[in-house]
Amino acid sequence: MKGEKGKKPKNEFLYFAWRNWKLRLGLAIVLFFVVLAIVGPRLTPHQPWAYVGPPARPPSKEFWFGTTMFGQDVFTQFVYGLYPVFLVGALGGGLATLIGTAIGFTAGYRGGWVDEILNTFTNVVLVIPTLALLLIIAAYLGVRSFFIQAVFIGCTAWPWTARAVRAQTLSLKAREFVDLARISAARPTKIILTEIAPNMLSYLVMVFILQFGGAILNAATLDFIGLGPTRGISLGLMMQMALLWGALPLGLWWWFVPPGLAIALLVGALYITNVGLDEIFNPKLREM
Amino acid sequence: MQRYLAQKLTIYILTFFLAVTIDWIIPRFMPGNPVQTMLSRAALRAEAVEVMRGYYLRAFGLDVPVWQQYLNFWKAVFHGDLGVSVYLFPKPVIRVIAEAIPYTLAILVPAIVLSWIAGNKFGAFAARRRWLDNTVLPLGYFLTATPYMWLGILLAWGFGVGLGWFPIAGGYSFAMTPHLSWKFVLDLLWHWFLPFVSLFLVMFGGWAIGMRNMIIYELEADYVQYLESLGAPRKLIRRYAFRNAVLPQITGLALQIGTIAAGAVVTETVFSYPGIGKLLVEAIQNQDYFLIQGCFLFIIIGVLLANLIVDIAYLIVDPRTRRGMVGEI
Repeated sequence: MKGEKGKKPKNEFLYFAWRNWKLRLGLAIVLFFVVLAIVGPRLTPHQPWAYVGPPARPPSKEFWFGTTMFGQDVFTQFVYGLYPVFLVGALGGGLATLIGTAIGFTAGYRGGWVDEILNTFTNVVLVIPTLALLLIIAAYLGVRSFFIQAVFIGCTAWPWTARAVRAQTLSLKAREFVDLARISAARPTKIILTEIAPNMLSYLVMVFILQFGGAILNAATLDFIGLGPTRGISLGLMMQMALLWGALPLGLWWWFVPPGLAIALLVGALYITNVGLDEIFNPKLREM
Repeated sequence: MQRYLAQKLTIYILTFFLAVTIDWIIPRFMPGNPVQTMLSRAALRAEAVEVMRGYYLRAFGLDVPVWQQYLNFWKAVFHGDLGVSVYLFPKPVIRVIAEAIPYTLAILVPAIVLSWIAGNKFGAFAARRRWLDNTVLPLGYFLTATPYMWLGILLAWGFGVGLGWFPIAGGYSFAMTPHLSWKFVLDLLWHWFLPFVSLFLVMFGGWAIGMRNMIIYELEADYVQYLESLGAPRKLIRRYAFRNAVLPQITGLALQIGTIAAGAVVTETVFSYPGIGKLLVEAIQNQDYFLIQGCFLFIIIGVLLANLIVDIAYLIVDPRTRRGMVGEI
């Protein structure tokens, strides 16, 4: 297996990656928002909650995205709100992927009663509506931070990953190279990490991307209901403020369109990147 | 078949048990004391505070040992006695919830069923048709990536505020009182439309994409290549591929129910639609603990029932599960 890891497959991967418009489009959009999240706060002289201009102004040269009911600059709120999106997405999505793969590997590889217990547990958590659970927990927590939000999202979003990884592990476990490793008395952890995981790497990357997008959507929902972090600004919070303070009847579209559009574009771009990767990893799916 | 159903039912009973336990634990073991919060909000005189504290302790049943509290909670759940709402005092929680349930079901059930059917049909149609596929795919992903509340806000803004075709808040006009007449029913439908469409569209994108991806996998399968080599018509092949691809979509529906319930919560909030979701958010904002517990309990029951219905549907659609050939979906 290792001998093939020369120069050729890598080039082939890059070649197909570049030819795939889905991957290019998805990555371009994601990259755009990453750059905006980094550079944005430096482009604006204001602070997100500061009252800096006349209230309820449409976009202009001075206020690129207009101002809120209270005269806060929407562009400033928007670019500051992008950072927590990536934070919660990476942390929450990463944690969910980690827990899901750990449980999936263990259940699939160990089998027997360990599998029974872990699988039942996974199925139970799978059925519980996690967002309702998050709502309840967030409601009772007085002070909340982006970090806590990400951890909670990560701890509730893993079940489908665990199920999928378990199924894949079950099929990989029966392969000859795993038998060989077992005969040579390798420890289970080592077999999982060096024999099974590398064969699922492409799949795990895609799982992480999906979990990343899911965490962003979950966080936006929590923020929108007013159960987001108690300090700071986020895109979900912007939408909540807009709805709460009558942006709808007053027609202040510049207040609620950018945050939702950014989330939809970003998560949509992640999904499309995923399809692109799938086509690269799985040659059968490539367009002729 | 019995094995399959028994397995599923065990999971659901376990889940219900766990969920009720969580429902009981959370207000008791979270940082911050709900009773203290309610007392400080009431801003009473010192001697009144003591009386109120005693009242609340008894009302929550906090004056007995913990294990007794837990058993009492189960007893209350089975008697449908979920306490009295503080926010809508003195209405019992169970009645508040009973009034909200029809609204939630009215937007959720049609949105789920119709979007699933339409999305599957459309996704199957678009798969491997170059032009359609390349335009539908990004659009579908954009739709399914759209936060539910944002689409709701956009629809309310466009069709409610901008064009003025639909109302943007409430389950029926404020001037009306609920009664049985054509006028009232039409008014209900008029208010129902936008929240329904909002939920429908987001889910539609997801199902269309899911089906499209499944069909593409199926069209690579051996049986399809065999049929092709026999010279079977394309339409027939696609029909077989569809029948196989529908199965994972049914499983997908079961996986999605929790997310859909969350979508309903925010959609109801956007449109001030008087369902369970809006009730839950109001209960949270007003720290009405009995109402929060009640809403959570009913969301759990709804999700479990929906899962059970999907399981039974799967049993009907896939004969292999009935013969016990596959253990699990």
